[in-house]
Amino acid sequence: MKIKALTAIAAVLLSAPAFVAADEDAELIVNGEIEMVTKTAAAPHLEGALDEVLSGWLFRADETQSLQADDFDNPGMIFVDQGMDDWGTVDGSEGKSCASCHGDVEDSMAGIRAEYPKWNDTAGEVRTMAQMINECRVDRMGAEAHGYTSAKMARMEALISVQSRGMPVNVAIDGPAADMWAQGKEMFYSRTGQLELSCASCHEENYGNRIRSDHLSQGHINGFPVYRLKNAKLTTPHGRFKGCVRDTRAQTYSPGSDDFVALELYVASRGNGLSVEGVSVRN
Amino acid sequence: MRLTTITLAATLTVAGVATAGTVAPGDVAFDEYGAVEMSLSGAAGDAVNGEKIMVTKSKGNCVACHAVSKLSYAPFHGEVGPQLDWAGDTWSQAELRGILANAKKTFEGSVMPAFYKVDGFVRPGKGYTGKAADGPLDPLLSAQDIEDVIAFLMTLKEE
Ligand code: HEC
Ligand code: HEC
Repeated sequence: MKIKALTAIAAVLLSAPAFVAADEDAELIVNGEIEMVTKTAAAPHLEGALDEVLSGWLFRADETQSLQADDFDNPGMIFVDQGMDDWGTVDGSEGKSCASCHGDVEDSMAGIRAEYPKWNDTAGEVRTMAQMINECRVDRMGAEAHGYTSAKMARMEALISVQSRGMPVNVAIDGPAADMWAQGKEMFYSRTGQLELSCASCHEENYGNRIRSDHLSQGHINGFPVYRLKNAKLTTPHGRFKGCVRDTRAQTYSPGSDDFVALELYVASRGNGLSVEGVSVRN
Repeated sequence: MRLTTITLAATLTVAGVATAGTVAPGDVAFDEYGAVEMSLSGAAGDAVNGEKIMVTKSKGNCVACHAVSKLSYAPFHGEVGPQLDWAGDTWSQAELRGILANAKKTFEGSVMPAFYKVDGFVRPGKGYTGKAADGPLDPLLSAQDIEDVIAFLMTLKEE
């Protein structure tokens, strides 16, 4: 693996000088104050898989990296502002906004992103943050559910994520969540589609390597939702999963499905210890 | 499948090559090391077309994973697989045919896709649409495409 990677890198340097090697030792401090952990020892449940977990930010080119260091440069922050407007906007039959029940988002939502997906005792199942947002909208506000990967959902997730920036991802994998976590793990290692590739084929066996023009990361979601320069929009975790599964020439799962919730739980837990970075910037 | 066969037949007629017939994906005979002796199309390969297939995204897209100095005009070569600059020295035609048809028979557990295989997939999709496949799958490359790529790979030798 190492040797192969080295030979390949040498070859690429010779043949395609257009590549800018990302600096894997770079440090990310947002707004000169939030120090992000972008590299740390892997959680015990990753023994044998990864020794160290690396944020997707480390794999991006210098220019993309620097956009994330300051909220004035981060194009994703516009959506956080929009999410803030939504937070205070009354919607639905009950005449309520998010703020009616949760008050100040900075207080009530701090630490939330770091722990989701999370077992929900009342519901008796693992819930994603998106599902909780829709539960509030439908059951408590009498409003319509947002589409699972819609722009409105993504910007609400962005607003909530920002309240946890710099806190370590800390997703629980034991207790009642254990079964779903195991299902997600199984999915991560299952090869799908006509290309017969699993998440691990790209994000565990080949992180750090180029696949065409892309620099493969470990596929963590600590930076989600991410702002993608490619389409100038936010991407949610299930939106990204869908794209990656499709790229194996497979039938994808539906965003919000139990399958993708299980996969999100597992993928999120692989990033335990990394800082919550959302909204991060990607190409 | 039908399309592939028709295109293939057309190519062969135009080239005026007599053919012993195409080996179907399910009938490819791999030896114990994963090599395949017999031409998949029954015809010789065309290295010029093989080169095109290697750099074309909708065809082999081999450079997505492999760097090849001779193809440096095509941007962005990958690092997932080994550099192929000396593939023609390293491997025989039969070995390359096996690697292309189904690399997992040569390299156990390889991430390299099988280019001449049509079944045994989990959740096979309809190309890159993300939808379920709605009929039998075509192999990623046709028998003649694979022979063409092999012909090109055989030109990759140290001078
Ligand atoms: C054929 C290769 C391939 C496969 C298979 C694949 N991915 Fe990806 N994935 C990519 C590429 C390329 C990117 C963009 C570069 C990067 O961030 O790694 C990406 C990005 C991601 C990201 C965004 C990371 C970030 O920091 O922005 C996540 C999350 C992700 N993948 C998860 C998955 C999961 C989960 C699976 C399996 C269901 C999977 N991927 C399968 C190629 C793949
Ligand atoms: C998704 C990645 C991927 C794609 C696409 C791919 N390969 Fe590979 N290939 C690999 C890997 C990885 C290996 C190394 C074998 C292993 O360890 O699994 C390999 C090995 C090889 C080898 C043997 C090289 C050596 O020196 O050991 C040849 C020849 C080869 N590939 C040719 C091709 C051709 C031709 C194509 C396109 C038609 C192609 N590959 C497409 C990943 C890929």
